[in-house]
Amino acid sequence: MSPISRGFHGRHADADVDPSRVPPGQYVTKDFPVLSAGPTPHTPLENWTFSIKQGGQTAKSWSWQEIRDLPSREVTADIHCVTKWSKLDTRWQAVSLDTLLAQVEREARYVLAFSDGGYTTNLPLADVTGGQAWLAYGYDGAPLQPEHGGPARLLVPHLYFWKSAKWVRGLELLVDDEPGFWERYGYNNYGDPWREQRYAGD
Amino acid sequence: MAGTAVRGRLTWQVATVAAVRPETASVRTIELDLQDWGGHQAGQHVDVRLTADDGYVAERSYSIASAPGEPLQLTVERLENGEVSPYLTEELRAGDQIEIRGPIGGYFVWDGDDASTPLLLVAGGSGVVPFRSMLRHRARIGSNVPVRLLYSARRLPDVIYRTELDMAGDGAEVIYTLTREQPPGWAGHSGRVDAALLTEVAWAPDRRPLAFVCGPTAFVEIVAGELVSLGYPPDRIKTERYGGVGAP
Amino acid sequence: MTDRHDGPGDLYGPDDSALDGNAIGGLLHEVFGTEMTTAEATCAHCGNTALVAEALAYVRAPGTVMRCRTCTSVLAVVVRRQEINCVDLSGLAALNALSENSGRRSAHSGT
Repeated sequence: MSPISRGFHGRHADADVDPSRVPPGQYVTKDFPVLSAGPTPHTPLENWTFSIKQGGQTAKSWSWQEIRDLPSREVTADIHCVTKWSKLDTRWQAVSLDTLLAQVEREARYVLAFSDGGYTTNLPLADVTGGQAWLAYGYDGAPLQPEHGGPARLLVPHLYFWKSAKWVRGLELLVDDEPGFWERYGYNNYGDPWREQRYAGD
Repeated sequence: MAGTAVRGRLTWQVATVAAVRPETASVRTIELDLQDWGGHQAGQHVDVRLTADDGYVAERSYSIASAPGEPLQLTVERLENGEVSPYLTEELRAGDQIEIRGPIGGYFVWDGDDASTPLLLVAGGSGVVPFRSMLRHRARIGSNVPVRLLYSARRLPDVIYRTELDMAGDGAEVIYTLTREQPPGWAGHSGRVDAALLTEVAWAPDRRPLAFVCGPTAFVEIVAGELVSLGYPPDRIKTERYGGVGAP
Repeated sequence: MTDRHDGPGDLYGPDDSALDGNAIGGLLHEVFGTEMTTAEATCAHCGNTALVAEALAYVRAPGTVMRCRTCTSVLAVVVRRQEINCVDLSGLAALNALSENSGRRSAHSGT
């Protein structure tokens, strides 16, 4: 059994937190840890697009300016990372995925989000509609920084944060589910923090 | 239960802090006592694991600062917003226990076996730690290998092991460059390690030198790139990148 | 700080989050039972062979990701699930590690 390191408590601050806001196994932090599986992409905004693909074709695509011209709102959310940190009341400036998906006729049940650098993550379409998911380009009142996924990332707060793909460039609409990056390497296909669905089979 | 010293196996074992010693305002050396420490090679590192009383676990790696044969020492720099380094540099005290796994690494090591090849050590900030192990080892084995340590730090008070390095003799040269601020009358180098400074300090490639570069990722990339431009074959440059915020 | 990229194309800026294979030496020793930073890794994507110590390593993530320094493709991923290491080596065409006794012990993926 590992000895306890006297006086060590990491970065978390659970003292004033309402426990009902903290999923099982999570520690609340005031920091915003940067986690990354690969190099930080730096796509120039003039080359950046967000696309919805279906059946191998691009169904709809928006330039950076076109995304910025869409109605957006400030979203406040608690976020939960599978590596056990949670951050409460994070503030984002974001466009609802409902706004984007409404512009495409679709026959899909799943989406595979894809990002610069090759990262992917899969979600049921039902989990990225109905006000549950966003394309976020602002964080805490400022433009989203590259280390946190800027210029834009997915924001799906009801699932573990690996589903909120950084540097997202689009969604592929799928009839059949397809595992993304972490899902292929052993993480849970769905990822509900309240049922502690961290790994495959949980 | 102490880790078993089975050859080829690497297990976590409990280490007790024997002593702590400040090196600079944000850097501290920790001396450790272990039951089953089998020794190490200069340049190797250990993994450190801490467990909080609520079960939270954190792991980090630190280069070994002591020479082979000396009691195990680690030198840790306090990183702003760090999770583990503030604990190790401020809270940890003699008698406390941490877990250690090591020694680790067979690439970034110097044994002193090849006496013919001069050594170039280029350190960015706390990247100097494994080089202290190498320099101490060199002295302990009575090696004549010519060695130059080019050590980049922000300001003079940030230089770790300064007294020890200033006493390095017998074919060991230490060259400092201070990147942010220099004391009045400073006769040493200023500014970041660049092509000009390396041209001046690095051994000529025809002497078949072996270079080690250690420090923040960006620092290592720049220095290694410049050494290649100077004519060092890539396989004569060994690199070890530290996490943390940018170059000194 | 000089803006300097080390990845392919203009897409990547200086990447301070990337360490190298030295940083995962302990994990790899645990997985393979031997020192692996001196092992030679051949990328299944671009064919480049380099020492594990020189690979890109991302250690602040839900898993540990080792990438080819030349093309940034994933070489290997280790996900720690309680006491088990789930290891995916499909990005490696070959991995040659120095044997404890002598010579090199090698693993090749079938083609």
